[in-house]
Amino acid sequence: MSERFTKGMARNIYYGGSVFFFLIFLALTFHTTKEMPKRDHRENITESVVRGKALWEDNNCIGCHTLIGEGAYFAPELANVYDRRGGEAGFKAFFNGWMKAQPLNIPGRRQMPQFNLNDQEIDDLAEFLKWTSEMDDNNWPPNIEG
Amino acid sequence: MNTLKYQSQAVAKPYFIFAMILFVGQILFGLLMGLQYVVGDIVGGLIPFNVARMVHTNLLIVWLLFGFMGAAYYLVPEEAETELHSPKLAIALFWIFAAAGVLTILGYLFVPYATLAHITGNDLWPTMGREFLEQPTITKIGIVVVALGFLYNLGMTILKGRKTAINMVLMTGLIGLAVFFLFAFYNPTNLALDKYFWWFVVHLWVEGVWELIMGAILAFVLIKVTGVDREVIEKWLYVIIAMALISGILGTGHHFYWLMTPAYWQWVGSIFSAIEPLPFFAMVLYAFNMVNRRRREHPNKAATLWALGTSVMAFLGAGVWGFLHTLAPVNYFTHGTQITAAHGHMAFYGAYAMIVMTIMSYAMPKLRGVGEANCNRAQVTEMWGFWLMTVGMVFITLFLTGAGVLQVWLQRLPESGEALSFMATQDKLAIFYWLREIAGVVFLLGLIAYIASFFVKEKQVA
Repeated sequence: MSERFTKGMARNIYYGGSVFFFLIFLALTFHTTKEMPKRDHRENITESVVRGKALWEDNNCIGCHTLIGEGAYFAPELANVYDRRGGEAGFKAFFNGWMKAQPLNIPGRRQMPQFNLNDQEIDDLAEFLKWTSEMDDNNWPPNIEG
Repeated sequence: MNTLKYQSQAVAKPYFIFAMILFVGQILFGLLMGLQYVVGDIVGGLIPFNVARMVHTNLLIVWLLFGFMGAAYYLVPEEAETELHSPKLAIALFWIFAAAGVLTILGYLFVPYATLAHITGNDLWPTMGREFLEQPTITKIGIVVVALGFLYNLGMTILKGRKTAINMVLMTGLIGLAVFFLFAFYNPTNLALDKYFWWFVVHLWVEGVWELIMGAILAFVLIKVTGVDREVIEKWLYVIIAMALISGILGTGHHFYWLMTPAYWQWVGSIFSAIEPLPFFAMVLYAFNMVNRRRREHPNKAATLWALGTSVMAFLGAGVWGFLHTLAPVNYFTHGTQITAAHGHMAFYGAYAMIVMTIMSYAMPKLRGVGEANCNRAQVTEMWGFWLMTVGMVFITLFLTGAGVLQVWLQRLPESGEALSFMATQDKLAIFYWLREIAGVVFLLGLIAYIASFFVKEKQVA
């Protein structure tokens, strides 16, 4: 059996199989990007949301937090923090106070740094988190705690 | 005693040495982070966790890249049976990459990240601030330039020489590495698209083209230490990487479950990633089979140990621990918990850190002019390093898994209102984090033994 199964056949399976499944992957990717606008609500991406995403990146928030489960596992999930911390009624007020109170300096507790954002920047970041929370991510996370 | 077949293979040496220096840095920052998990204010605000983590993960990626490059410069000329196209280019690229790497790490450590983003012009072409892709855009461009020069050098070498399966597979893997890295430059303002294509770098690297690199290096070392017929080894190399790509490409779907994607990814991702452990299992059978069928007793026992060890640990870390949380209904609860961290640690160590140490173990005695193998004492020290690091990593993984299971139980499974908050849950996991830190110290001891093995000499008989 192992004599009849040659290196050439193994090589053909490798090249053929890889190309075949890569093409399927590209086709599914194409379809997914066509479906995405229904789920990501990109029509709600305002200039404030765009600035908020830039602030999110420029301060390396992903280095401690997760966003839809991706990132570091050191600090809370933030894709649903908008809903967890007050939503439409209270999130922005909570968030502004929270950002300004850092670091909390509770002995032994994990410390969030002070990023020195101004009110406009904190509002942009809040808008980014609000928009993120409203995307349809197939109903993840399982509960409000993220 | 010079045992190099081609003198230009010597350019691999600085790559390997520098990789080890970065590896030590990676582990030290890992230990710091482990402490920050339980004593949050351990270094005050001096090194915030996000900085330590960025240094830890980026050092890992960069030392593995140095290791892969060293491996390629070592094995491509020997496989092609010709000298490297340009040793000078290889050395020049070494210094460029090393300087860019060191400057970037120093930038992380001594400049606030937002300032680093600002002075490197991130607002002109934003690519920073995404997990594993934190490097300033200018560093990313540098990586592309180094990769192009590297691929050109190897490509020219292979073109004028013998085109073995090992060389072709390695080249495909390295070209894939460079091509998929280009997605690092695509950062749309729409987070949904950003995340989707971010995985084209991250997943298609570690569960795609890097497996080709690993397979090629393992096949090369197995041929050398066992003397088994090349036809046999290369045939199974093709079988294994065929399985790896056939499962791994659509296996990308397991990262798309909770993005803004159609639900069919939950089926596609679950089915194909359930197959992903198979190539790793095949790799275990293959490595042990080839060593059992060996036609020579190679004096480098340590290299053989690494080759067997990497297959087993890659199977456990990438295969078994990957499968643990890859099915969509399970992943719904485990996604982004310490279970992910457990899997990440053992998979990277087993598949990639260990394959680099496999080729180093085989090649370094030759590169240093020691001969076919280090003296017995040095090999024993190296094997102490192997076992301490590997056992340390097994326990790091087990403790993180324990933390992850408890985290899911307390924070994810209960309904809203009854579930514990993230921070309250973390307090409950402290014992696991302390044990993980102890296992981390064992790992460091292993690394010290491993580094020491390079300096151990045979006892002088008086």
